[in-house]
Amino acid sequence: MNEIAVEVQNLKKSYEKEEAVKGVSFSVSKGELFGLIGPDGAGKTSILRIITTLLFPTEGKITVLDSDVVKDYKKIRTNIGYMPQRFSLYQDLSVEENLTFFARIFGTTIEENYDLIKDIYSHIEPFKDRLAGKLSGGMKQKLALSCALIHSPDILILDEPTTGVDAVSRKEFWEMLIRLKEKGITILVSTPYMDEANLCDRVALIQNGDIMSIDTPEKIIGDFGQKLWAVKSNNIYQLINDLRRLDFIDTVFPFGEFLHVTSNTEDLNITELKSILNEKNHLGIKIQQVEANIEDCFMQLMTK
Amino acid sequence: MSRFLGFVKKEFHHIFRDPRTMLILFGMPIAQILIFGYVVSNEITDVKIGVYDKSKDHVTHEITNKITSSGFFILSENLNSDQEIEDVFKKGIIREVIVFESNFAEKLERDGSAGIQIIADASDANTANIVTNYTQSIINNYVKNELLAQGLPYEIVPEVRMLYNDELKGVYMFVPGTMALILMLVSAMMTSISIAREKEMGTMEVLLVSPLKPLPIVIGKVIPYMVLSFINAVVIIALSYFVFEMPIQGNLVFLLLETLLFIFMALSLGILISTASNSQLVAMFISMFALMLPTMLLSGFIFPIENMPKILQWFSTIMPARYFIVIVKNIMIKGSGIGIVWKETLIIAGMTVFFLVMSIKKFKVRLE
Repeated sequence: MNEIAVEVQNLKKSYEKEEAVKGVSFSVSKGELFGLIGPDGAGKTSILRIITTLLFPTEGKITVLDSDVVKDYKKIRTNIGYMPQRFSLYQDLSVEENLTFFARIFGTTIEENYDLIKDIYSHIEPFKDRLAGKLSGGMKQKLALSCALIHSPDILILDEPTTGVDAVSRKEFWEMLIRLKEKGITILVSTPYMDEANLCDRVALIQNGDIMSIDTPEKIIGDFGQKLWAVKSNNIYQLINDLRRLDFIDTVFPFGEFLHVTSNTEDLNITELKSILNEKNHLGIKIQQVEANIEDCFMQLMTK
Repeated sequence: MSRFLGFVKKEFHHIFRDPRTMLILFGMPIAQILIFGYVVSNEITDVKIGVYDKSKDHVTHEITNKITSSGFFILSENLNSDQEIEDVFKKGIIREVIVFESNFAEKLERDGSAGIQIIADASDANTANIVTNYTQSIINNYVKNELLAQGLPYEIVPEVRMLYNDELKGVYMFVPGTMALILMLVSAMMTSISIAREKEMGTMEVLLVSPLKPLPIVIGKVIPYMVLSFINAVVIIALSYFVFEMPIQGNLVFLLLETLLFIFMALSLGILISTASNSQLVAMFISMFALMLPTMLLSGFIFPIENMPKILQWFSTIMPARYFIVIVKNIMIKGSGIGIVWKETLIIAGMTVFFLVMSIKKFKVRLE
């Protein structure tokens, strides 16, 4: 199980003067679901395009299934399934025509690998005569995934597959990925959604072309090492400013309707904080200790 | 093979599902050929002529001098028999032949009148018309200024004959040009746009990360347009034959083969353009400015090449359409075979190979 599927060593990528990827290294084991997590512009797409042999690395050694991405690109291309960031199927072909086309250019047929895509394709099969351009976002992604899978690749590489997809479809999509992983397919996926990190076996947190941390989501959360409180009042904006002015408060980041707050001191006196905030005319104050999540870890790593 | 056929099938789907593509493919050619069936007038300089002087006396020498010193004409051949007239016209360099009847000066003195025959290559109707008019007025001037001024009541009777196209139909000139223009546009522009579209839509990314090699991708793109362009060419030829009653003197199969070669050339040019453009808009702009305008203006389609400034004449030698127009005119109007147009055919074939090699070299197997 611990064989290496993708190995990236000291990868650098520059576009003209700008350095988009600043020397990252990681490896993906066979059968693993590996996530590249980071905001837009972190360098995720560049890394994935280099692994899929679409771009040259400026520096570094990258191998996919022991083949070099520069020299043996032809061999790699037959073994990977790739789903680019944009929906890149033919909008003027129907669902079935798209799938048939991709099956044919990979020298296979829909029937041959139907087992693999059945789970996913069955969702869109009722619409197989509809043009791909007229599908909803979630259905488009399912079709794209079916097309990327139709030749039964060893490695599936997905660039932000859930961006712009509704919450329900996102959840469904990840369930599909996990089922594919169970079938033994190695999956490398990038996403800007921190909550999706928990669904990966291991994740790399990326910011500005650098990897800040690589580990299992549990381990990354375990490394947070600080206590965390969720604070809320009726005036969130005022609350951010007031909290940041308090010298025993370390960091304040908005998280949904709450603010996630860490303290310089070992512990935080909730009653004391409440009275301070009361003095500053905050209403509806709620404070409770919470468990850190990946996003908190990301923010913590960013400020380091 | 199945991979490849799958690709070709997909291309046909793209074409038949896009009404705008269909309009450009089939609406435009018909509209253009009908619109261009009209004449545009133009002027002449340095037209190459031949003289067949059966008399060779002082009067015929004087008239020949007048004509060649006018600035409009260049004497390029002295002919010695009727047979040679036909031959020099077939070569296509000479536009006009002037024939003096035998014993010209003698007849003029004895009978007071002598005959000159002006024969013009009317496959280019405009030029033929203008050339013969100019020649006649030079002769008339000579009679007025030189003969009548001396009090000699002589008369010279020019007899004009138009060769190949005696009704002077302008459409004869426009059909080959329009055919070149449309095939160029449809083949080159449409292929370049369709390849650029794959890049723009991001589907190229997926195609590249597939075992499909560049050559099948490119050929798969080209085949549907080749078929459709050929249908287009047949439509144009049929229109010009049935609507404008343009003759097809030469071998129809040979004409179609030459057309196929030209289409192939335009397609490879289209591929080359697409390797240089990342979006449909860029592909369209390059096609428009690099292909359509020069093809219209510099190929001899609208303006005769011999009247252009030297620099533009130079440019016109790299216009593939120029050679195709010559080929089509020769086959349709004069009934020439490969023996006459082999040079032009070879040039187009050479260009095709050049564009193909260039585009295969430039085709990127990556995104950069």
